[in-house]
Amino acid sequence: MVGAGPAGLAGAVAAADRGLRCVLLDAGARPGGQYYRHPDPALRAARPDRLHHHWSTFTELADRLAEHRAAGRIELRSDHHVFLLEAGRPWHLHATSADRATRLRASAVLLATGAYERQLPFPGWTLPGVVTAGGAQAMLKAGLVLPGRRIVVAGSGPLLLAAAASLTAAGARVPAVVEAGDYLGYARRPGVLAAVPGKLGEGAVHGVALARHAVRLRRSSAVVEAHGEDRVTAVTVARLDREWRPLPGTERRIDCDALAVGHGLVPQLELATELGAATRTVPDGTLALRVDARQRTTVPGLWAAGETCGVGGAELALAEGELAALAIAGAAPPAALLARRRRLRGFAELMAGAHRPGPGWPGWLRPDTEVCRCEEVPLARITEAVEELGATDARTVKLLTRAGMGWCQGRMCGPAVACLAKGAGPAGRAGAVEPAPDRRPLSCPVPLGELAQLPPSTDADADAGADVDVDVHVVGAGQSEGQGEDDPR
Amino acid sequence: MRRTPSSLAAADPGPAHSIEFDGRPIPALPGQSIAAALWAQGILAWRTTRVTGRPRGAFCGIGACFDCLATVDGQPNRRTCLLPAAPGTVVTTQEGHGRADLAC
Repeated sequence: MVGAGPAGLAGAVAAADRGLRCVLLDAGARPGGQYYRHPDPALRAARPDRLHHHWSTFTELADRLAEHRAAGRIELRSDHHVFLLEAGRPWHLHATSADRATRLRASAVLLATGAYERQLPFPGWTLPGVVTAGGAQAMLKAGLVLPGRRIVVAGSGPLLLAAAASLTAAGARVPAVVEAGDYLGYARRPGVLAAVPGKLGEGAVHGVALARHAVRLRRSSAVVEAHGEDRVTAVTVARLDREWRPLPGTERRIDCDALAVGHGLVPQLELATELGAATRTVPDGTLALRVDARQRTTVPGLWAAGETCGVGGAELALAEGELAALAIAGAAPPAALLARRRRLRGFAELMAGAHRPGPGWPGWLRPDTEVCRCEEVPLARITEAVEELGATDARTVKLLTRAGMGWCQGRMCGPAVACLAKGAGPAGRAGAVEPAPDRRPLSCPVPLGELAQLPPSTDADADAGADVDVDVHVVGAGQSEGQGEDDPR
Repeated sequence: MRRTPSSLAAADPGPAHSIEFDGRPIPALPGQSIAAALWAQGILAWRTTRVTGRPRGAFCGIGACFDCLATVDGQPNRRTCLLPAAPGTVVTTQEGHGRADLAC
């Protein structure tokens, strides 16, 4: 199992319940992934539940995990980032941990690698104090810290409400939640909503919490600029039209010392797409792995669950992880579990459509706005690559401008660059191509010294001591990126 | 009393220890990352970019963006959002690619 977030955890304990031997690999220091990210034990937090919804679900999973570990059915390898999968019989998984590469083999792999945040650039988004909405939550949950005391929350998607609620609970003032989408999108499918009453309840809980702290929700609006010299001191918010173009004359300045911003989540797929696994386009415009009713990808022996199949939240991830494990174990799926997955997946698709970025968002960029943070590539250079040099896809833009060629492997600017390459407007530019899955042969930086230490990959070597035979590897930690101490040397 | 993240989670960590940031002592709670310890002191930037020399700090907080790089115990390009703030850790603002020591 690759990833110990909700999907990987649920998959590992369900598989072990059925008698399979599992290795659960996770890039983070502690299981839980991003959703169940929690303070280090040394911080001695007596009430971690106050930072979470449904914390008891995690503690129950953690208890079952502990039982299976004690019985030798599950091996948990934290701080292990899986950087490469080799399909076959057996599968080979390559992971990096504490400056050492390890290789394991398995008869099946469950990929539960989760997602990372989608960012759309705007003038000033590189200023210190501008952080991702999920990052603000992650730093709060794990380190009990805030980026500032007066924090504007902006972007699109339900994560904004959750982030704003936890930031205010932790003592921050949130003068506004700025949502580019329009929640009216949900009302178009009342049947889908009615099937998931829990989701409405969650929304209501956030709504009440925000109202109590006098947090204003601005719909159909966006932060179009962050102001400041060496750190953010204010933002400009503007109303958007239906295509997310800023409406002139609607700008309003809000003082703040931090901005938490994000436009939904991007499934993390590279381990599977490197193997040729088929993808599908989600209504929010992202790509997700295509799986069948039993969570099988199109690569034999490779299962996937949770956000890798399209962003849908922890509850759906738990159901999919369990379904995948049952399928790997050859057990029939319970009808109730299948029905729950169907309802929650339906809601996820509705949610994705409601928050899909409109084609007019580049209207808030200026020629000197940095689009690629790592390589400091401004919009003007990307425009030149597209309009004068004829680039029609993100890959060509990257080769011409270096956008996406830096440390983060394009994870921060990739969706924006793909959109800019495709051209503005619903139809895009003539000749432009739809974005292909990102290609990252190694899913995180791996020191060359580690690769050099790896023995040749033969069956004889696979029997060497470093390798471990198991029935299933759940690869997926709910972590978006390397959580070990590995660095980009 | 003002609400804080620690009061929300009813945290009762041991006494803060000390790390060093650009030559000055910074308190850090046991279990915090370097980035978290710096945020707790209101420090949001600990790197300048390679091209324009602009300040940067933690952005994604989960190790994906690499904006939080700093020189840690003499090693450049370390992701401070992933590294524990161990007692005595020496953090210095990283300028550019952090390899100025290799220039000749």
